[in-house]
Amino acid sequence: MKLLYFAWLRTKIGLAEETVALPAGISTVADLIGWLQTRGPGYAEALANLSVVKVAVNQEYVLFDHPLRAGDEVALFPPVTGG
Amino acid sequence: MVVHVQREDFDLGQALESLTRDNHGIGGLASFVGLVRDLHPGHDASAVRSMTLEHYPGMTERQLEAIEAEARARWPLDATLIIHRYGRLEPGDRIVLVACASAHRDAAFAACQFLMDWLKTKAPFWKLEETESGQHWVAAKDSDDHAAERWNSGQSP
Repeated sequence: MKLLYFAWLRTKIGLAEETVALPAGISTVADLIGWLQTRGPGYAEALANLSVVKVAVNQEYVLFDHPLRAGDEVALFPPVTGG
Repeated sequence: MVVHVQREDFDLGQALESLTRDNHGIGGLASFVGLVRDLHPGHDASAVRSMTLEHYPGMTERQLEAIEAEARARWPLDATLIIHRYGRLEPGDRIVLVACASAHRDAAFAACQFLMDWLKTKAPFWKLEETESGQHWVAAKDSDDHAAERWNSGQSP
């Protein structure tokens, strides 16, 4: 699964993207975030306040209960500030 | 019906003229240009030296095209244009151009405002401001969410 991080999530995690093999038992975005939070202090800090974390799967906005499939592109980012 | 996400600046006159040149049924063209301000609106009033826009290539284009399609479904538009820049910009630089052409002004004005309101809450861009006190990410504003929500509740903004 390809994971992308933008803006301050990128700088806190220290990566713009990575490819991961998901452990068993991870079936939703919420599961994925829970797993990522355990991967190091940068991840834990970036994902400490989920009210300011937005998620897109395959470039469409989704909610935390969205199911994940192998091969999905999952992006985590702060609320957007374009315009 | 054109969306451009680009690093380089654009020629305002040329961009607007190209929208209406071949369609003489167009009676009105409304446009909005967003610019980099030099004043930081937050707690410290230090001047903004630069603003760097990051975006999500691929999703940005998809979201802008979806927003544009939604505007076309809501108003009788003859032409629309969205140009959004990314990369490092300085105060006074153009960030975004939204333009809508229609037979009559009401649709052009309304669609233009709709595109900007939705763009601000849906297009995956993030702004990193550099001021005298350092760099910080611009936080999303509740007022932008409210501006976008008005279009769903049937209220006229």
